[in-house]
Amino acid sequence: MSGAESDKPRVAFFDFTGCEGCQLEVVNLEEQLLELVEVVDIVSFREATSRREDDYDIAFVEGSAVRDHDAERLEEIREEADTVVTIGSCSSFAGINALRNDRDVEDVKREVYGDDVGQFDDVWEEAKPAEAVIEVDYSVPGCPIDKQEFVQVVNALVQGVEPRIPTYPVCIECKMNENHCAFERGEVCLGPVTRGGCNAVCVSNGLKCWGCRGLVPDANKDAHEEVLEEYGLSADEIIKEFDLFTRWQYEQIEHEDADPEEVVQ
Amino acid sequence: MSGQQLDVDVDVEYLTRVEGHGNIVVNAEDGELETCEWQVVESPRFFESMVKGRSWDEVAMVTSRICGICSISHSLASLKATEDALDIFVSTQDRQLRKLALYGEIIQSHVLHVGYLALPDLVDSKSVIPMAESHPDDVETVVKLHRLGNEMTELFAGRDVHATTFVPGGFSQIPDEEELESLRERLANVDDDLNDVVDLLIDLAPELPAFERETEYVSLTDEDEYAFYEGVIESSDTGLMPVEDYRDLTNEYVVPQSTAKYTKHARDAYMVGSLARFNNNYDQLSDRAKAVADAFDLSPQETNPYLNTVAQVVETAHLVDASIDLLDELLDRGLDEQPPHHKPDVEISGGRGVGAVDVPRGILFHEYEYDENGECVDANCVIPTNQNHGNIQQDMEKLVPEVAPRKPDADVEKDLEMLVRAYDPCISCSTHYLDVEFVNE
Repeated sequence: MSGAESDKPRVAFFDFTGCEGCQLEVVNLEEQLLELVEVVDIVSFREATSRREDDYDIAFVEGSAVRDHDAERLEEIREEADTVVTIGSCSSFAGINALRNDRDVEDVKREVYGDDVGQFDDVWEEAKPAEAVIEVDYSVPGCPIDKQEFVQVVNALVQGVEPRIPTYPVCIECKMNENHCAFERGEVCLGPVTRGGCNAVCVSNGLKCWGCRGLVPDANKDAHEEVLEEYGLSADEIIKEFDLFTRWQYEQIEHEDADPEEVVQ
Repeated sequence: MSGQQLDVDVDVEYLTRVEGHGNIVVNAEDGELETCEWQVVESPRFFESMVKGRSWDEVAMVTSRICGICSISHSLASLKATEDALDIFVSTQDRQLRKLALYGEIIQSHVLHVGYLALPDLVDSKSVIPMAESHPDDVETVVKLHRLGNEMTELFAGRDVHATTFVPGGFSQIPDEEELESLRERLANVDDDLNDVVDLLIDLAPELPAFERETEYVSLTDEDEYAFYEGVIESSDTGLMPVEDYRDLTNEYVVPQSTAKYTKHARDAYMVGSLARFNNNYDQLSDRAKAVADAFDLSPQETNPYLNTVAQVVETAHLVDASIDLLDELLDRGLDEQPPHHKPDVEISGGRGVGAVDVPRGILFHEYEYDENGECVDANCVIPTNQNHGNIQQDMEKLVPEVAPRKPDADVEKDLEMLVRAYDPCISCSTHYLDVEFVNE
């Protein structure tokens, strides 16, 4: 590591409710992580280092916000960081954590802890993405994140250019990989409505797309309609039926449709 | 600190270099130990409500997300539970391929813990990153082994975190023989790296605190092999028990300082993980793994929990050998090919099933009940770290009065941090309860 430490952007990682798989993907960069610390100074990364400093330029946020304490921490991070980037679907759009959002949190707490639920007084009804609490500058989606996409985002930020995350659906990458279309195999695949950038990894490995990278920016406009039309489906139908990762996003779309005055950003 | 008087104040908020959020709070004044707590403060995720109503072929996708560091382990325990519940057949070949995916993850996780999380303590570094300058060769070896574990998982599971090829009944896609041969060659050439890690740790092992506390050791055990994927429950206190009786083992209970449940069996607490497996299944380790254990003077029954980290190194050597054996068996027999996008035939019926896998941090249980449409109606999951929380607490209560009178607070704090890290806790896992409806049955 040459050059003054202070020349490099100071980077911090923060984890909220999630599996920490996205942070692991950063560690899984292996040698590339050691190259990355040539261009950034990692000042806080609880999973990997005891170094903990509160002065940073770029904050990477993993996991969903689920309680008041999380909101307080997010606000502190927003205050300190020039740039806040969510990593992974849990922090970008609540991901799999939103699956519990349609159940009464009091029931769930009682089921798990019996009468001893006092310590979770501040747990919210819904698991939320960071953007429901603070302003987020960029999001790296995925469950987990794609390591190389993360590296590209870091490099872009270091160079002061806008990070680019694909806005086209997974179908585009799937076709480039010459995969046998999952619909042709009788599956209902979320590829037409899911944001690309994963190189269609699940379909290429013999499954279908489960939508882990979230919806394309405008599901009705950007969806890969030709596949859907061929099988007599609409974007809305498949999003509603297969909501493993995208329930929060779908709820926002519903909300938007129902009451355009109160759009939650 | 004053003379031999117990007087200590340790307050670690959000212990670093562990997965998830935990605090260590110890306070003693005038000889009185007032507080001595391992506190688990991770937010709960309520996985139970996430899998309820989910279809049998989606459940492993959801429960994989309990933990990113052992996602393959969770997927496999989940699939085994679903397959048990719905009587789904899994071929010998698929079981072997699953073991290889699992062994890759355990190698990855053990190397991550030994090299990235525990090692910095032994060389007084805050993390592995400055070590890239101070110990470049060691870091290079650690990174290389870590990469090998990950690439092995990727070959079988499609990805290093959150599998993309696992389906109930087998795999959507399997590697070809050429890929198996090339992995075999890489594993056969790993001797020098393993030896380097062993040499490095032998030099540093004296830095591990000398501390003994005998406890109950619990793992899977199997007639044919050092158990990870198959077998029955073994307790060093009470012997064998079937996997489906796991609730008689875990006896979960809630404690006020923790958002994770604790467990106990024959005593106030028991230990799971590498050291427990080592103690229970030592005889089935490969010769090389036994030689590594000898080099560290590690033999069953070892009662120093700090040596869990050493047991992980022993297991890493074993896993390389066991993987080579599995690959030889697969290649000798010839791989049964399967069509692309394979989807095993499954007839859906209702039922309840349990899956147990011994994973990086210890024995893991998943249990599901499905209705006749294959929808999950109940789930329960008991995580290794849950089973270790009580044992960590008991260790702390014995350790603090032993070390606090003769060490400054900063050293007591380091001993305690290293103790918790030795268990390699996966805290966010341990707060991700699935159900509960079964718990008070």
